[in-house]
Amino acid sequence: MNDFIAARSQMALSLGFHIIYSCIGMVMPVFMAISNYKWIKTKDPVYKNITQAWSKGVAIFFATGAVSGTMLSFELGLLWPKFMAHAGPIFGMPFSLEGVAFFIEAIALGFFLYGWNRFNQWFHWATGIVVGVSGVLSGILVVSANSWMNSPAGFDFVNGQYLNISPIKAMFNAAWFSEALHMTIAAFAATGFAVAGIHALMILRKKNVNFHTKAFKIAIVFGAVAAILQPLSGDISAKGAARRQPAKSAAMEANFHTVSYSSLLIGGIPDTVNKKVNYGIEIPGLLSFLVYDDFKTPVTGLDKIPQQDQPNVPVTHYAFQLMVAIGMFLLLIGLLYLFALWKKKGWLIKNWFLKLFIIATPLGFIAVEAGWTVTEVGRQPWIIQGIMRTSEAVTPMPGIQYSFYLFTFVYFTLSIAVVFLLNRQIKMVPELYDVK
Amino acid sequence: MLYVVIIFLFFSILLYFLLGGADFGAGIIELFTSDGNKSRTRRTMYQAIGPIWEANHMWLIIAVVILFVGFPVIYSDMCTYLHIPLLIMLMGITARGTAFSFRNYDAIKDDKMQALYNHIFVYSSFVTPLFLGITAGSVISRQIDPGATDFLTAYVFSWLNWFSVAVGFFTVALCGFLAAIYLIGDANDQFDVKRFTKKAVIMNAAAVGFGGLVFLAAEVEHVHLAYWIFGNPVSLVAVIAASLSLVLLWYLLSKGKTKVIRILAAFQVTMILIAVGYRHFPNIIMIKGGNNLSLLKDHAPLNTIDDLGWALLLGSLLIFPPLIYLFYSFQKKKE
Repeated sequence: MNDFIAARSQMALSLGFHIIYSCIGMVMPVFMAISNYKWIKTKDPVYKNITQAWSKGVAIFFATGAVSGTMLSFELGLLWPKFMAHAGPIFGMPFSLEGVAFFIEAIALGFFLYGWNRFNQWFHWATGIVVGVSGVLSGILVVSANSWMNSPAGFDFVNGQYLNISPIKAMFNAAWFSEALHMTIAAFAATGFAVAGIHALMILRKKNVNFHTKAFKIAIVFGAVAAILQPLSGDISAKGAARRQPAKSAAMEANFHTVSYSSLLIGGIPDTVNKKVNYGIEIPGLLSFLVYDDFKTPVTGLDKIPQQDQPNVPVTHYAFQLMVAIGMFLLLIGLLYLFALWKKKGWLIKNWFLKLFIIATPLGFIAVEAGWTVTEVGRQPWIIQGIMRTSEAVTPMPGIQYSFYLFTFVYFTLSIAVVFLLNRQIKMVPELYDVK
Repeated sequence: MLYVVIIFLFFSILLYFLLGGADFGAGIIELFTSDGNKSRTRRTMYQAIGPIWEANHMWLIIAVVILFVGFPVIYSDMCTYLHIPLLIMLMGITARGTAFSFRNYDAIKDDKMQALYNHIFVYSSFVTPLFLGITAGSVISRQIDPGATDFLTAYVFSWLNWFSVAVGFFTVALCGFLAAIYLIGDANDQFDVKRFTKKAVIMNAAAVGFGGLVFLAAEVEHVHLAYWIFGNPVSLVAVIAASLSLVLLWYLLSKGKTKVIRILAAFQVTMILIAVGYRHFPNIIMIKGGNNLSLLKDHAPLNTIDDLGWALLLGSLLIFPPLIYLFYSFQKKKE
């Protein structure tokens, strides 16, 4: 494994794990605050128990999210020092603000976790809200830093020099809103379905049904609403990508040829040698319509992009297809849930119904990973779109593969530990939270 | 605004040392506690740092962000030539942070898993400040050599030298000392006060011993440490103030003043940082051959520095009131 591939793999691995920890770390506090609100309002102790059980999950994920985030703030420099030497002053603004938001989240979490029965209940509740709000803000800020890499702004690039730097313009680059919106909704959808799925499994097994039913409901309402909104934000993102990053957009669609009435491709196996797609379903004109709102305008294909500036087409295409497919499935069962809640309450306790949501447990996160694969692999070979190549940014230190092996070991161990701990939390629900 | 940013950088490093460093120290104290007393130490420690635990470690993130936004060349040089000690430190931070919260939030408290978390926690509490200290020593040791062509000179001997390693152990001893002094104030009974006092004595002796070694190693590696510290009035005053406050600390402790001595311990560490840092400010990385990277020269464009300064000022308005209230309310509730 050469150093460049090792560095990219290590970065992908670190971000891939961090995104799961941080999504849960930013969304679960919101669930926790809702449940806490219900406890204060209804005085139903089940809600207090749910709040406390979730707060332990939040603590575990906050700790793993915080350390993996600390690692990433160093890895940017450890792996990509030449990128950071130039990019730091330009896209660092959201990171500085994120540092502040994350700090406030940590303080508020200290109040919430250790403040039961110590403070006024509404003050205690409000600290939980602050955890959620600052968590979501941190997420938006970090995504805005990433969007700058996709859509660089806030400087002039003259003869290899980065001049007239404006960190504020860099932060509010053209892609920040669509990326931040898409990711925030995705975090709610993925976490909502994951949490709901685990509680659905417990309901199916007839364990603490009352506890798990109430928990399921809070989580799935967020998941369902987010899944229903997500295609709209996806549309904004895809339109933006087609204009700003035609290479990424073409790779997502495996669109090899620039023609009028561009087709939307569903599935299919891209053949990069013969520049065609096998076994796909093509809907003529639809891609043109989605991008330009009319069926005729040609969408830029890979033929217009020099070979050395193209990303890996199959990886980007498959990842995109997977994300969209999962998104559609979650949208459908989200609608099904809301329909059941409205008209068919009887379905809510049926085994087939619960099983649908159990199947969906990991799907949101698989879609999140796939979506980030589209964003990051689709941006290659650039680390700053059109400005700096990823290969120019890598550290000169040899032997990065050993660092990659080490990180692989650490992240897998951490994940096993987290799953182990959550499993023990769930196992202990009857002992800790049964209402006697 | 550049000075505002530099002051924030200094304070975030200082606060990380005083708060995060004391957390490491608590793990170090636990490592050197006899098995019979370990659970007592853990209980006191948990009462002391539980609620503020996550916040204490945010200072490192703030320092890193200031470095890479405001001083990108300094950050990327450190990351390149001190890759290995930073990597080990990161592993330590990860192992420690997760082990600490896992051992508290594991729903089933069985001996086997608790023992595992404890092991990971105490050893990583030792390793992390060791490599933090090594990194800090290395930036001023003039062993970083961008001209090096072989792996060992460029990426290993930049930090694996007598001076850096001595600074590493000195850091560990200081963290242990801070933690022992803080813990005396949180002790639940006279027995624990005695135990933590003994630990403080040992850590104090270790800090003095390793401090001496740092000077020796500095001579061996041709680092002009003695000149930096004793060659100018500010550093000299700082050193004298640190020494006097140490005497005062032990006097007050013997009188049973267990809370006020915390301020003296923190004051001492602050004085040590000032004594070392003052003479070679604004130079922050000393490179082999006589070049330096300077906070006043090697900073980001002033546009960025202005925005960063405002973000930090605004951020501190948002951070300090709730942080102080967090410290205050949990300290008060305990009493």
